[in-house]
Amino acid sequence: MTELSPLDGAAVDAAVTEALEAIAAATTLDELKEARLAHTGDKAALTLANRQIGGLEPADKATAGKNMGKARGRVNQAIAGRQEELEAERDARVLVEETVDVTLPVSRELKGARHPLETMQELMADTFVAMGWEVAEGPEMEAEWFNFDALNFDPDHPAREMQDTFFVDPPEAGIVLRTHTSPVQVRAALERRDALVSEGRGIYVVCPGKTFRTDELDATHTPVFHQIEGLAVDKGLTMAHLKGTLDAFARSLFGPDAVTRLRPSFFPFTEPSAEMDLRCFVCGGEDNDCRTCSGTGWIEWGGCGMTHPNVLRAAGIDPEEFTAFAFGMGVERTLMFRHGVKDMRDMVEGDIRFSQQFGMEI
Amino acid sequence: MPKIPLKWLEESVDLVPGSTPEDVAAALVKVGLEEEGIEGGGITGPLVIGRVMSLVKEVASNGKTVNYCRVDVGEHNDPAGPGHKPDNKEDYPSSKGIVCGAHNFHEGDYVVCILPGGVLPGPFPIGGRKTYGHWSDGMICSSKELGLGEDHDGIIVLASPSGESQVTFPGLVADEDLVPGTSAIGLLGLDEFTIEINVTPDRGYSFSVRGVAREYSHSTGQTFRDPADVVVTGAAGDGFGVVVEDAAPVRGRVGCDRFVARRLSGFSADAASPSWMKRRLEQAGMRPISLAVDVTNYVMLELGQPLHAYDLAQVSEPIVVRRAQAGEKLTTLDDAERVLDGEDLVIADSAGGHGARAIGLAGVMGGADTEVSDATTDILLEAAHFDPITIARTARRHRLGSEASRRFERGVDTRLQVVAVQRALNLMQEFGGGQIEDVYTDLDETVAPAQIAMDIAYPSTIVGVEYPADEVVQALEKVGCEVDRDYESLLVTPPTWRPDLDSAITLVEEVARLRGYDNLPSVLPVAPPGRGLTHGQKVRRSVARTLAESGLTEVLTYPFMAESRLDDLGIPDEDPRRDWIALANPLSAELPLMRTTMLATLVDAVRVNLGRGEQDVAVYELGRAYQAKNIGVLPTVDSTDGGIAPAEVEALNEALPGQPRRVAGIMAGNRVRAGWNGHATAWGWADALAAVERIASVAGVELTVSQGSRMPWHPGRGATYWLEDGTFVAHAGELHPKVCETLGLPARTVAFEVVLDPLIAESAGVIAGATPVSQQVLAKEDFAFVVASDVAAGDLVGVVKHAGGDLVEDATVFDVFTGEQVGEGRKSVAINVRLRAADHTLSADEVLGVREAIIAAAAEKFEAVLR
Repeated sequence: MTELSPLDGAAVDAAVTEALEAIAAATTLDELKEARLAHTGDKAALTLANRQIGGLEPADKATAGKNMGKARGRVNQAIAGRQEELEAERDARVLVEETVDVTLPVSRELKGARHPLETMQELMADTFVAMGWEVAEGPEMEAEWFNFDALNFDPDHPAREMQDTFFVDPPEAGIVLRTHTSPVQVRAALERRDALVSEGRGIYVVCPGKTFRTDELDATHTPVFHQIEGLAVDKGLTMAHLKGTLDAFARSLFGPDAVTRLRPSFFPFTEPSAEMDLRCFVCGGEDNDCRTCSGTGWIEWGGCGMTHPNVLRAAGIDPEEFTAFAFGMGVERTLMFRHGVKDMRDMVEGDIRFSQQFGMEI
Repeated sequence: MPKIPLKWLEESVDLVPGSTPEDVAAALVKVGLEEEGIEGGGITGPLVIGRVMSLVKEVASNGKTVNYCRVDVGEHNDPAGPGHKPDNKEDYPSSKGIVCGAHNFHEGDYVVCILPGGVLPGPFPIGGRKTYGHWSDGMICSSKELGLGEDHDGIIVLASPSGESQVTFPGLVADEDLVPGTSAIGLLGLDEFTIEINVTPDRGYSFSVRGVAREYSHSTGQTFRDPADVVVTGAAGDGFGVVVEDAAPVRGRVGCDRFVARRLSGFSADAASPSWMKRRLEQAGMRPISLAVDVTNYVMLELGQPLHAYDLAQVSEPIVVRRAQAGEKLTTLDDAERVLDGEDLVIADSAGGHGARAIGLAGVMGGADTEVSDATTDILLEAAHFDPITIARTARRHRLGSEASRRFERGVDTRLQVVAVQRALNLMQEFGGGQIEDVYTDLDETVAPAQIAMDIAYPSTIVGVEYPADEVVQALEKVGCEVDRDYESLLVTPPTWRPDLDSAITLVEEVARLRGYDNLPSVLPVAPPGRGLTHGQKVRRSVARTLAESGLTEVLTYPFMAESRLDDLGIPDEDPRRDWIALANPLSAELPLMRTTMLATLVDAVRVNLGRGEQDVAVYELGRAYQAKNIGVLPTVDSTDGGIAPAEVEALNEALPGQPRRVAGIMAGNRVRAGWNGHATAWGWADALAAVERIASVAGVELTVSQGSRMPWHPGRGATYWLEDGTFVAHAGELHPKVCETLGLPARTVAFEVVLDPLIAESAGVIAGATPVSQQVLAKEDFAFVVASDVAAGDLVGVVKHAGGDLVEDATVFDVFTGEQVGEGRKSVAINVRLRAADHTLSADEVLGVREAIIAAAAEKFEAVLR
C-alpha cells in the first residue's frame, strides 16, 4: 500500500470518501467504533498522512495542513453524527424491549370499601351542611319520652306497642331502640333553643342514623335501618320553605331536573303532614313499564310536614313565635331506587362484594 | 284497609263524567287517601248469557263424568248443521258445543258462557279446543272463575225454568234480560271497579262509602249526597233496657257514651240477602253470611257505624255495658273462648242476674250465645259509640282486630247511631219482613265537639300560600265545620265525624289540602351560617376511610346477639362485656341481647363471606355496643308546662345505658394475595395493631401500648392501648386459637376493637403545635442490643429515645432475632436512631456522646449488651 500524501488532494478526498462510506455503513455502535478506529486510529491512512506534515517543506505545509484539517474534520463530524443516530436508535430499541403487559393484575393487596349506606348518609348530610345546616346525633337506645311523648304520640298510639317497637327489658323502664331519628330532632332543638330564643338564631339540623323496628328481614324490610331527618325552626317558616328544601335536596341527589310532589298524609308529629314523592328520575313518568317507579311516574321517598305545635312546646319553643318544618326519608330506600339495589338483604348480610361495587363517594 | 266499590260510591257522589278508576284514585290521593290497589275489570268478552239446549253426560276414559252441552248463545251461535270435528253430525241446531265438568245445572237453565276470543282474569285467553272427544267452544263459568266470590262451587245458574237447579244469584237478572247471546259483563257487575285506599289514623270516617264520597267531593267539587240522610221513624224512649255502668274508665274516659238499641220482630232470618248486597260485600272484601249479618256489615261499610244484631230471644233485659271481671270468660263469634281483662269493656245481659253474663266484647266482636240463627224471629239491633282507647287496647290485647274495632279505634261519628239502626232495620225488613219497634233506646252522653278559635290568616302563615278569607271559611264549611266569623277571627265547630279536628293547626291542614299541595311554592330558606361537621363526625369519617384504604371492607351488622356468643369469645364472668342489655321483645328468641362488643356480631359477617367462598376477608364496622349493670326505670318527664327542663334531660341521659361508639375489625386470610409478581402475605397480629395506630393517628392522639391479655385475643399476641390518663381505648392482635376454632374462623385471624368516644374527646379542641423542621445534616446510628427475650422492644426504644434526648429525631426497630449467636433466653433488637440538631451540624464528638449515653442507659435499664 502506497502511503497517502497530504499534498495529494485527490487522494485525500478519496480516503475521506472511503471513511465516510464506512461510517455510513455502520449499523451498530460497535461497527461505528471499528470504522472510527480504521479511519481515525493511529494506523489509519489519514492519521499517517497527517503526521507527514511536520516533515514537509515549509512551502507545502500550509497546503497539506489545509487538506488534512478539512479531511479530518469531515470524518470526525460524520462519526459524531452517526454516533448520535445510532445511540438514539439504541435508546429507542431499549424502551421497546422494556415494554410490559399492563393488563396483568397490578395490585395484590386486598381492596377495601366503604358501605354505601354510610357514604349515602354522608352525601345526604353534606348537601345540608353546604346550606349551613348542622348534623345532629343522639343515642340509639333512647328514652320513650324522646322517641314518642315529645313527638306528640298518644300513650295509646299503636307504634308504642311491642309489635312495632323494640323495648329494652324490663319494658316498664321506658327505654326503646329508637324507631326513627326524630328523637334527635327534639334533642337538637333543646340544645339550640337558647340561641333561637335569645339571638333569633334559627335551628337547621339533619339527623342521619340507625333506627329499629320489629320487622322481619325480607327483600324490602329490615329490622335495623337508617333514616335521615331534617328539622328547621325559625320565624316565619312555611310549607313553601319545606317544599323548597326538599326540592334542593332532590336536585343534589338526582340532578338539576329533580321534582318533588307533596300529598296530604298524617303523622303525629307534623300538622299539616304530607307524603313526599320524587318524579321518577329514570323515566320521568314517560314509561308505563318503568321498573324504578312501577310505571306510576313517582317514587315515594319520605314523609314531611309542619312540626306540630306540641312538639315545639315539648322542646320549650313557643309555637306562636316560631314555626318549624320536618322531613324524613329512608336511606336504604334511597339507595335501592337510586342505585337499583333489588334486595334489602344485600345491604345487611355483610357480603363484602356488595360494598365493593361502590366507590368512596357515592 | 277499606275497599270502595265505585258503583256504591256513585250513590253518594257523582263521579266526574268519563272518569276511569285511576282518575278516581288520583282524585282521592290528592286529598290524602292513598291508593292501595284497584280491583275489577280483567274480563273481556264475549261473555254471554247461554241457554242449555241439550246436555249429554259421558264418562270419560279417566273415569270423570263430563257434560257435552249444546248451548244457545244467540248471535254467537254456529249455523245449524254438522258442527266442528270430531262432533260433526248432520242435525245440530244453531248453537255452540261446550264441554263442562260441573253438574249443578240442567237442560233449559240459563248460564254464563265465555266464548273463544274472551279473556278471564289471570289473564286466561279462551279459545276453541278439542277435549274429551269433543270440540269445545269456550267454558260455562263458575263464580270463582269470574272473580265473583270463592263461595260458590259449580257454575252460575242465572235461572232454571224447570226448577231443577238452584239459582246462584236469585233476582240478579230480570226475566226479560234473559236473552241468549247478550253480554253478561254488565249484568254480573264484572265491569265494576273497586278501589282500595289507605286511611291514615286521623281519618276514621273514611272507613266508609260515606266518608270517601265526601272526600271525593272535596277533591273534585262534585255534589255529595249524604247516605246518612235517612228518615227516622218512631221516637227515642222506653225501648229495650240498657245501662252503662263503667266502674273503671280508661284514662278518665267512660267506655261507652252512646248506645242505641231497637227491636225488629217477626223477621225471617233465613231469608236470602239480595245478590247486589252480597256482591258489594264481596267487592268490599267481606263474606256474605246471612241476611241479618250482611245488612249490619253493609250499613257499616256504607256509613262507618258498626252494628251488632242479637237474637232477642237469647238476651235478658237489661243490657249492661261494663268492664269485664278479670278472668271472666266469653266465647266470641269466631268460636274462641277468651279470658277477659279487667280493662276490657263488655256488653252483658242479665241472664243470671243484673249484667251477669257477658254477651259481647264491646266494639270488637259479639258473643256466640246471642248470635242470630236461621231460627231467629226477633232481633235486637245495637249501634253504640265506644271510647277509641278502650277498644284499641282490647283489640290488641286479644289480637282481635275486627272491622268494628278498626272503626271505633279511629273514631266513629257520634250522630250516626240512630240513623244506622234505622237504615239497617229498613233493609232487614225489606228483605226479611218483620215489624220495626216504634220506640227505641238511646242512651246519649256524647259531648258536642269543642269550638276552636282561629285567626283567619293562620293558614296562610303556616302554609305560605295566600288564602282569601272566603276560601278559608268555605273550605272549613265544606268539610262539615260550622264557622262563626267575627272580622279576622273565626270560631269553628268541627263536625261530629272529625274528632281529629281539635286545634287550629288541624284546621290549617283542611284549608291546605282542599286547595291541594300541587301548586305549593318552592322557597329555599336561608339557614344561618353553620358550624360544619363536628370534630367527632370528621374523625369518624376519616377513621372509616383510612380503614377502607387499608384493605378492609365496611359492613353493617345487626347489633343483636346471644349470650352464648360471649362464651364463644371466651369473655370471663366478671368482665363488663357480660353486663348485657336484653330486649323485652327480640325478633328472634335466639338473639335476645344487645351486643356488648362489636366483635360479637362482626364475626358473623366474616362467616358469611367465608361461607360464600371468600378466603381473604377483612371487614370493619363503626357502630355502638351497649352495656349496663342494671336497667332501672327512667325518671318521668313533666313537660306539661314549657317543655322538658334541662335537669330532666340530664337525668334521662344519665339513666340511659352506656352506648359508646366503637370501631372494630376482623382480618382473616391474606392481606396480599399471591400473584405473578410475588408471594402472598397473611394478615398478622401486627396489622391489627397497625390499624389501631392508624386510627389513633387519624384522631391526632398518641396512645400508650402495652402487652395485654384480654379475651378473645391470644394472651401473648395482643396489645392494649391506653390514653395518657389510663383510659382504656383499644385492644388488638391475633385472636385466641380456641376462639377461632369455636367460631370457625381461619387460624391466626386477627382483630381489633377501639372505643372511639374517648379518643375523639381527647383530641377535640386540641390545636396541634408545630415543631420547626430542621435543615441540618442527618446522622444515623445503628445499635444491635442483646437483651432478655421478655424485654419489650417498645420499652427499649423508649429508653433509647430518652437517653438520646432532644437530638433524637426518631428511633425504630429494624430487626429482631433469636438464636445461637445471642444465646438462650436472649434476643437481639436492632434499632436505627436518627440524630439531628435544630441549629447546627452535629460533630463527631456529639454523635459519639449520644451513642455512649444510649448504650449506657440500655445497659442500666435492661442489661442490654451491644453486639
